[in-house]
Amino acid sequence: MKRVYVNEEWCLGCHLCEYYCTFANSNMTNMAELRNMIIRPNIRVEENNKISFAVSCRHCTDPLCVKSCLTNALSKKDGVISIDKDKCIGCFTCIVSCPYGAISVSANDIAQKCELCTNNSNTSPLCVQKCPNGAIVYEER
Amino acid sequence: MTKYIIIGNSTAAIGAIEGIRSLDTTSPITLFSSENHHTYSRPLISYLLENKTTLEKMKYRDDNFYELNNVTVVYEKIVKINSDKKQVYTEANKEFSYDKLLVATGSRPFVPPTKGLDSVKKYFTFMSLDDALDLEKVANSTSKVLIIGAGLIGLKCAECLQNKVNKITVIDLADRILSSILDKDASEFMQKHLEKNGINFILSQAVTSFNGNVAQIGDKNVEFDILVMAVGVRAQTELIRDIGGTVNRGIYVDTKMQTSIADIYSAGDCTEIYDISCDKVRPLPLLPNAYIGGNCAGINMAGGEMVFDNAIPMNSIGLFGLHIITAGSYIGDIKEIQVPNGYKKLFYQDNYLKGYIVVGEIERAGIYTSLIRNKTPLDSIDFDLIAVNPTLIAFEKKVRKTKLGGKV
Repeated sequence: MKRVYVNEEWCLGCHLCEYYCTFANSNMTNMAELRNMIIRPNIRVEENNKISFAVSCRHCTDPLCVKSCLTNALSKKDGVISIDKDKCIGCFTCIVSCPYGAISVSANDIAQKCELCTNNSNTSPLCVQKCPNGAIVYEER
Repeated sequence: MTKYIIIGNSTAAIGAIEGIRSLDTTSPITLFSSENHHTYSRPLISYLLENKTTLEKMKYRDDNFYELNNVTVVYEKIVKINSDKKQVYTEANKEFSYDKLLVATGSRPFVPPTKGLDSVKKYFTFMSLDDALDLEKVANSTSKVLIIGAGLIGLKCAECLQNKVNKITVIDLADRILSSILDKDASEFMQKHLEKNGINFILSQAVTSFNGNVAQIGDKNVEFDILVMAVGVRAQTELIRDIGGTVNRGIYVDTKMQTSIADIYSAGDCTEIYDISCDKVRPLPLLPNAYIGGNCAGINMAGGEMVFDNAIPMNSIGLFGLHIITAGSYIGDIKEIQVPNGYKKLFYQDNYLKGYIVVGEIERAGIYTSLIRNKTPLDSIDFDLIAVNPTLIAFEKKVRKTKLGGKV
């Protein structure tokens, strides 16, 4: 299956992926509405000493978050790990389980994560579509 | 065709069904449940009383789960195994034959024998859905609740009752709360937080006797009308012990989750397991371990090859809006990091992270868990950097490449 992969040598550290991710998962019609907002993206850029790269859910073959989920809110279908917001109670056992730090706390105090834009109106991950330097790709490996 | 029998209907049992069905989609599975409920998530009982979930949402799998997986559910208790005849028996002495058996009987609340306990009218444990529903029926705005045990179960019970009742007092023999998952400083930090939210504590003391609605604690009498026993849990090992299988503090299992008896597997709270963070075999009665162990057992029962050899304790618990994440064992040297409105301590020994406690700022803590679980040598990462913030940038470039550019 296709997954999101990152190449740190191409990452500019521009953080555009974080903004596009937040936008993709919001109900906004205009991205400018994100101005002055605290964003909670499902992809996050790490940077230190001129190195930068974006991290989002790896959609693991053997996902510890799914196995550890207390409520069965996290599940894997066709390779995509998604979260049922209605079932999640915000215990964050997924956060203690995820080796990549790819699950975060949502504004409603439950878990949130990348679902490869299958849960919004985009046809493929918006972070990949909008990465200006091709540092994030969506492909089969 | 293999005849599978599963005793138990909670996390390990579900893990096993999914493990079996990943390899064997046709053989019959018969599951015995001593509780008359569809499989549900045990830790959610406190959330149910707080109206943060519902009976419907707390189901651990969908309504059609058994049907989809061709599982016959029998709502009866198994009281005996005959491993020579390869049969199990219900209370009514009905017999069922197996080729492969999973014992996933879980744990039961431990109730210390206390003088006068039988004189207490409203006395509960807090482990099962029925416990929670019974407790909900009697708790009202005038109730004075006494909870014995300041561990995870006792405190989640306190939290969910706080808005429903008049007063909650939690008593523990230990000199601090959550003593099994926190160190002294973190315990104090959490205790202050809970006291601010109206929970009262009596520590370093035990109830010497009950007399109706009065508990004698040292030379003091404490009045209550609802008593909740939450001292701890004990593995339910009788089925295996009775037929001579190896049992210590839990049922012995190897890394394939097989017991000392041929064709009988076990997983979940009823077992003891090797904890790689402290090199000791001990019960680790936590939901993730139950699922992973059960799933591993199921795969092996169906003829596959799977081991569960990296178990560690890990906890994530929220109390009155403050989250705690802990994992591993608190041994070796300590690295303490100052965190605003929180607490963070890492424990390391011989170049490995052994355990950690994070209160408040919990994001990405799973990166620490992975260091313990994978036994990542600390000199292969930037430990000072990762101690401040759990990040992947602290790993070597080639490792980052695998983690972010490879299929994992």
